[in-house]
Amino acid sequence: MVRRQNKLSKVLLSIVMILFAIYAAFPIVWMLICSFKQNDYIFAWPPKIIDESFGLRTYVRVLTDPVKLRFFLNSYIVSAAVVVLTLIIGIMAAYAFSRFDFPLKKAVNSIIVSVQAIPQICLLIPYMGIIVALQLFNTYWALILTYLVMTLPYCILMMTGYFNTLSKELDDSVRIDGGSRFRALWGVLVPISTPALVSVGLYTFMTAWNEYLFALVLTQTTNMRTIPIGINLLITEHNYDWSMMMSMSVLGSLPILILFLFFQKYFISGMSSGAIKG
Amino acid sequence: MKNNKLKRNAMPYLYIAPTVILMAGLLITPIVQVIRYSFYDNAFVKKNPLPVGWLNYQKVLTDPVFWQSVRETIFFVIVSIVGHIVMALIFAHLLNTTMFKQRTKTVARIIYILPWIFTATVISVMWKLFFQPAGVMNYLLGFVGLATKNTEWFSNKDIALYVVTYINLWSGYPFYMISVLAGLQGISPDLYESAAIDGATSFKSFRFITLPQLKPILLSLVMLDFVWTLKTFAIVWTLTAGGPMHATEIISLYIYRTAFMENHFSLASAAAVFLLIVCGIVAVFYTRQQFKIQED
Repeated sequence: MVRRQNKLSKVLLSIVMILFAIYAAFPIVWMLICSFKQNDYIFAWPPKIIDESFGLRTYVRVLTDPVKLRFFLNSYIVSAAVVVLTLIIGIMAAYAFSRFDFPLKKAVNSIIVSVQAIPQICLLIPYMGIIVALQLFNTYWALILTYLVMTLPYCILMMTGYFNTLSKELDDSVRIDGGSRFRALWGVLVPISTPALVSVGLYTFMTAWNEYLFALVLTQTTNMRTIPIGINLLITEHNYDWSMMMSMSVLGSLPILILFLFFQKYFISGMSSGAIKG
Repeated sequence: MKNNKLKRNAMPYLYIAPTVILMAGLLITPIVQVIRYSFYDNAFVKKNPLPVGWLNYQKVLTDPVFWQSVRETIFFVIVSIVGHIVMALIFAHLLNTTMFKQRTKTVARIIYILPWIFTATVISVMWKLFFQPAGVMNYLLGFVGLATKNTEWFSNKDIALYVVTYINLWSGYPFYMISVLAGLQGISPDLYESAAIDGATSFKSFRFITLPQLKPILLSLVMLDFVWTLKTFAIVWTLTAGGPMHATEIISLYIYRTAFMENHFSLASAAAVFLLIVCGIVAVFYTRQQFKIQED
């Protein structure tokens, strides 16, 4: 009796599990399917999964268009720069929070936690003025600096937490051998912090790659636009080129999808330790 | 000797200097500026703006569109929070049952996280495709008579907000699911075993073990979600741009439109300060809660 009940609940749970999977994945799969179709076929009624237009033609169109390739290049440059700079600056600050006691420590720490709650839209108006005054409007640096400020708090909090789990004797052993604190940090602590660095790096890359609002306002010409804006430019055009939108979206999501599948464990540990998404 | 001591005292400040400079310049300065702008007439566009006291606030608070926006924001935020937490609890339990093999659960977890990784414009594009009049959604709903080939979702002011909220539920729940799952895995199995010996039903053990154990996590998540949903801009903007007739113009879109479409930077600043205060209050509670968890 108990066994039959167990079997029944397993079947029911399996059905629920599959239904949820459909709920989560259906729009994504449909986008993928439509990215292989030609524009005139996408809204066939009744919808067809595969039709005679199925092929890679739209992808070829995206990948041979220098304007669209530039969106990808821009996103890669900005995101890579943000990851490198966030890690360097964040690691230094985290080291200070983990290894030193100083008068303003608690105050600075509370500011770092609480700034994550500030809606970006509230900063945007004066921010624009600051970027123009710094003569950075419509440059990579405008975006890099902005994303740095967005990703630093999470990096600092995560790395401080991680450094706190590492024994201070590690630093001391370097310093007894005559090494500086600088060497203790970069030569000893950083190499053994790889798991946390990967989580933080992934989160940082994703934030920079996906950001929309500041990229929209702080850049102006197509040679400075990033992927999210590039896709959005297609929406606002008069004749919707749906197949182009779908293949651009697939290509634009691919880097994050690949990183997610490869580094799933780090991705998830980053999420569950209170990751902050834009 | 004295020099050395000075050096040691200055050291931590050197390490945090880049962070502090960046945050002071690009976070604190704009906050101060936006508050200042809100008390000036035509800040940002005029060379020498004049101080106008509370006039901008008066104008915003008497704008019916602002109050409509506030109502829509409240709906959007509350439904999103409740939906995300309920979905998180259900999905996480499903991923935490002992009934499936680990492999099955890993695959399911990957699929369930997928909505989280996409950027707002991609989410917007994929759901627009889905909800087009001749799209899949209408086709499927046609079988149960809920839609036809002509059903409009985004241009109907009575339902646009529901559709946008639904999409926000879809795109946000994985984060909460993963956090709740981590919380569930942290609950000692002994608690459930002893409850089972006492003959507790699964509902009872959920009510009296799971929920109390998850309470600190759920509290943090509710506060995080509150702030994040209030901040939402890109998804709604790219889906509807706030339309039709302001029907989906949540507060961040109201601020954006007032500033960047209509060039009323001072009015937008006043509305932004309003939002800043609401988020600031929640941030204080959230920070306290985080420190409490850290200390425990």
